[in-house]
Amino acid sequence: MSLSVDQHEAAGGAAESPGVVLRADALVKRFRVGPAIRSNYVSAVDGVSLDLRRGESLGIVGESGCGKTTLARMLVGLERPDGGTLRFRQRDVTAGRRADRRLLRKGVQMIFQDPYTSLDPRMTVGKLVTEPLAANRTMGARARRGRAGELLELVGLSVDMLDRFPHQFSGGQRQRIGVARALALDPDVLVCDEPVSALDVSVQAQVINLLRDLQRRLGVAIVFIAHDLSVVRHLTDRVAVMYLGRIAEIGDSDSIFEGPAHPYTRALLSASPSVDPARRGQLAQRVKLIGEPPSPIDPPVGCRFHPRCELAQDRCRTETPLLRVPADDTGTRRSACHFAEAVLTDAR
Amino acid sequence: MTISPLARPAGVDALTVRGLRVDYGDPGAAIPAVRGIDLDVPAGAIVALLGESGSGKSATARAVLGLDQDGSRIAADEIRIGSTDLLRASDEQRRRARGSEVGLVMQDALSALNPVLSIGRQLGELFEVHLGLSRRKARSRAVEMLGLVGIPDPARRVDDYPHQFSGGMRQRILIAMAIALEPTLLIADEPTTALDVTVQAQILDLLDDLRMKTDMGVLLITHDLGVVNEVADRVVVMYAGRVVESGVTAAVFTHPAHPYTQALLRSVPQASGRREDLLTIAGSPPSPRQVPSGCSFRTRCRWAVELCADRRPELAGVAEGRLAACHRSAEVLDVAVG
Ligand SMILES: Nc1ncnc2c1ncn2[C@@H]1O[C@H](COP(=O)(O)OP(=O)(O)O)[C@@H](O)[C@H]1O
Ligand SMILES: Nc1ncnc2c1ncn2[C@@H]1O[C@H](COP(=O)(O)OP(=O)(O)O)[C@@H](O)[C@H]1O
Ligand code: SF4
Ligand code: SF4
Ligand SMILES: [Mg+2]
Ligand SMILES: [Mg+2]
Repeated sequence: MSLSVDQHEAAGGAAESPGVVLRADALVKRFRVGPAIRSNYVSAVDGVSLDLRRGESLGIVGESGCGKTTLARMLVGLERPDGGTLRFRQRDVTAGRRADRRLLRKGVQMIFQDPYTSLDPRMTVGKLVTEPLAANRTMGARARRGRAGELLELVGLSVDMLDRFPHQFSGGQRQRIGVARALALDPDVLVCDEPVSALDVSVQAQVINLLRDLQRRLGVAIVFIAHDLSVVRHLTDRVAVMYLGRIAEIGDSDSIFEGPAHPYTRALLSASPSVDPARRGQLAQRVKLIGEPPSPIDPPVGCRFHPRCELAQDRCRTETPLLRVPADDTGTRRSACHFAEAVLTDAR
Repeated sequence: MTISPLARPAGVDALTVRGLRVDYGDPGAAIPAVRGIDLDVPAGAIVALLGESGSGKSATARAVLGLDQDGSRIAADEIRIGSTDLLRASDEQRRRARGSEVGLVMQDALSALNPVLSIGRQLGELFEVHLGLSRRKARSRAVEMLGLVGIPDPARRVDDYPHQFSGGMRQRILIAMAIALEPTLLIADEPTTALDVTVQAQILDLLDDLRMKTDMGVLLITHDLGVVNEVADRVVVMYAGRVVESGVTAAVFTHPAHPYTQALLRSVPQASGRREDLLTIAGSPPSPRQVPSGCSFRTRCRWAVELCADRRPELAGVAEGRLAACHRSAEVLDVAVG
């Protein structure tokens, strides 16, 4: 894992920048798969570092299997990292001791993709929304019911709905209930794992507006995982592009969407269809990826993207590219490509 | 490449549907999923059927395929695939038409493939059963088809099983099976919904390429406006079991004539409108049991007037090659998407 450490130092090291609520340092997660006797490791997340500042929104994008959910689960303390550290408000919570978990549960909440399966069908909405409060024993039953009403209103639902059950709501409403519940403990961070992927576009727009509104009004920071790049672009201040467990590129969304500095980001962007009639046919001009997504069980050495990269050189097959600010780039965006400068020049 | 281009009579549409109705549930308490729709897919064209979940897209597809074993009741004035009139054909003709003239690709490739049969056997069986080929010939046709849909090294992979392929490759295998018998019509029901954008782009390329090479018509069912904009020649927008607008894709997307189409287009993020609130459509689509009187969309429509509650707008011509079902479509047409 020495490379991950290098990556981290290149990223600015231990200095705590102001306003950082959640900091991941070289997080690693492996899963053992296959029969015990001949088991392999899936390298799900390999040395991911990122900072989340108060009230900002950070998008995470990348193909399925690249480790987005695993990273999200580590950020909320549902999965213990095999390496690296996680700090919440400067406190190291990596070990997952009981006090760490309590702190994280209060401060970092997760919203899941599927509003249908993440809510217990036998509980009323009022109970569901305040379940985290009950578990934390912070309030009596009366006060909790009052808080439940507040929470529903916060997410645009009505107080009359307190005694209804999840099945009596539409998909978009259920996602709002999930959001209300996540807000019960007044968290600093909401981690949303594909929260709108299962929703119809008209309903998706309602949930996206809600998240932005909460971010502005409550100052809550949002980690937003999605595979729809136009949604991520719309909602996020910064974005991290992941490939096979590592960050390929990270930085402010405008810079990255307008001029990617990593060949994978470029391929991803050019493959996403636009609704603009003037851009019809652009997909045919996209940057095509070579081959198929590789297996995380035996990931390529050097740059993990090299078997599919049109720019790959010998160096890419041996030397892991550091996540670094490309020379001559004006911002703070970082790319993990030996030839980031060339990609950036192309994009301009 | 064994698919013979233009092997079928010119000028015959791949699909013609008139007055299709699909009901679920008991006749006494019917759930009307499709309420009388017309549909045309010209040969060699990609026609998108666009709508939110529950609007009746899959029910329409199943009706065309004759899949009424799910408890639905299908009625129509006409369902024609190529030159076969399904409602008037003999049972044998109907079976043949549905067996070899229509191919179906669904969202979930894994469940559509048989896990215990090799890909080569599943594909080969089609050629054996429908074309009477020998097992050996069928296998070599299977290899050709896998190559055609872009499976690398098809001769080596033909004996592999479904679980040995990635999601994107399985979807391509499903397409290979759907087009193996050179159908007149391909129905692709959300074929890329579960896939990453990079793989989605490959599948869309493939569909585009195939309809060009074989002149097959494609009915592409989707709720993804970007996909429609990218590949569909024409788009048919459904709402609550009815067609509310249809026309050439570029024209519809530039100047929608129905408030629902307009609202859908405005609710997706555009690069230009970044960090502004998205426009939303109030509420959610109605359940088929509780569709509002008059215009089905009126409870969510920004343009609704009193007339909309009293009278249901008929689908009517509003511009060259364009149909819309709205009392105010002339005014709606006047505003650009913005
Ligand atoms: N509990 C687990 N056991 C084994 N492998 C897992 C487990 N969770 C995730 N993985 C594997 O780790 C990789 C990353 O998965 P995930 O984080 O779910 O990716 P994403 O959310 O980006 O689709 C995948 O290869 C996945 O199969
Ligand atoms: N087997 C069924 N039994 C009862 N209702 C059904 C059945 N299949 C579909 N429906 C209903 O018919 C309507 C249309 O469904 P469907 O065609 O699947 O919509 P779409 O494909 O546009 O999402 C929905 O309201 C759905 O609930
Ligand atoms: S380091 Fe090499 S292989 Fe990796 S993205 Fe850059 S050019 Fe491609
Ligand atoms: S008919 Fe009325 S309610 Fe229906 S779409 Fe047109 S304006 Fe809206
Ligand atoms: Mg995931
Ligand atoms: Mg469907």
